[in-house]
Amino acid sequence: MQQSIDRRQFLKLAGLGGVVFASGLAGGAKLAGAAQDDFYFIQLSDTHWGFNGPVVNPDAGGTLQKAVAAVNSLNFEPDFIVFTGDLTHTTDDPKERRRRLGEFRDIVKGLKNKNVRFLAGEHDAALDNGQAWREFFGPSFYSFDHKGVHFVALDNVSDPAARIGDQQLVWLKLDLAKQAADARIVVFAHRPLFDLYPQWDWATRDGAQAIDLLMPHKNVTVFYGHIHQEHHQMTGHIAHHSAKSLIFPLPAPGSQPKREPIRWDPAQPYRGLGFRGVDAEVQEADYEITEYPVRTA
Amino acid sequence: MKLERRRLLAAGIVTAAGAVFGAGALAQAKERVIRVTARKFVFLPREIRLKKGVPVVLEFVTADVVMGFNAPDFKVRADIIPGQVARVRLVPDKTGTFVFLCDIFCGEGHEGMSGQIHVVA
Repeated sequence: MQQSIDRRQFLKLAGLGGVVFASGLAGGAKLAGAAQDDFYFIQLSDTHWGFNGPVVNPDAGGTLQKAVAAVNSLNFEPDFIVFTGDLTHTTDDPKERRRRLGEFRDIVKGLKNKNVRFLAGEHDAALDNGQAWREFFGPSFYSFDHKGVHFVALDNVSDPAARIGDQQLVWLKLDLAKQAADARIVVFAHRPLFDLYPQWDWATRDGAQAIDLLMPHKNVTVFYGHIHQEHHQMTGHIAHHSAKSLIFPLPAPGSQPKREPIRWDPAQPYRGLGFRGVDAEVQEADYEITEYPVRTA
Repeated sequence: MKLERRRLLAAGIVTAAGAVFGAGALAQAKERVIRVTARKFVFLPREIRLKKGVPVVLEFVTADVVMGFNAPDFKVRADIIPGQVARVRLVPDKTGTFVFLCDIFCGEGHEGMSGQIHVVA
């Protein structure tokens, strides 16, 4: 079952020119022995380092650096930072792919907060099954715990057919089996796990199997990228939040015949680009998401 | 005698088999076949024109790497493997213009690799 979240119910203007989104997760049980505390993390996505297209972003070589500077200048120190894939723009040349991954890694070393997590996108990983990406960033799927929340990073891009794959699904099942039914679980992925708009390849072929594994857990939220815009949707009780890009925005799903980047507007540079902060209020089990522009007007 | 009987039986089997397969072939022959070539980063033809309710067989070959054909509105897809012919039978159940796309990431131009199916009444 899917239904759009009533944005008016949740959205409100916040400081810093951003928007706060409360996902409205229900409370969950406190894990015995696990630290419980509010925390804050940053999600950046779809930086596409190496992209060249002045019509849609004449500052393709500088937007990532501006985003790093913007994160560094936040008033709140995040607990960690996550990049949800498409760190680089695709290239058929394996040498060039590694050069772009290396340059990306060097630029994001400029983040003051060194607790940075990475996911791959199909632009990074689909043409070599994630080999080059893993050389730079390690395993492409993993889990970790932070202040009583269990985080799971899924790889739905290293298979060029956009499958999570049986091996990873078995791993996910075993990983989730260690979690209580009411544990707080946050999933990171690049592609949407549900069929957002398959006509534009906005789906994961076996994503429904991952959602089926997550469904028995009461408190699950998914943060993903891929579609270069903010989007919020529920599958049953699971909330899915996509992030903006840091290279070019894409049109709303199915809003026009072709999925083509939205052109750069000189009157509103960096419009539609940005990153988000997620304020995890563990006691109330709410996740407040703040969308930031790269540059304020 | 036994040899003759065997020959007759064999002939009968062949005839029966021929009838079955012949009927199948006849049914197949009634269905229009459209051959589509996938190559980096286009489908040729890009436009496919069909009639609602009229079955069609789409045959796909790839000129280079592994590709995918996916027409989500009709819930049909196929892997297109080099050296093989992929076949998809489609009976359009609605009119309009619908997207089909390559759903296996195949290179730098993959994201633009799509086409349209036009279905008329």
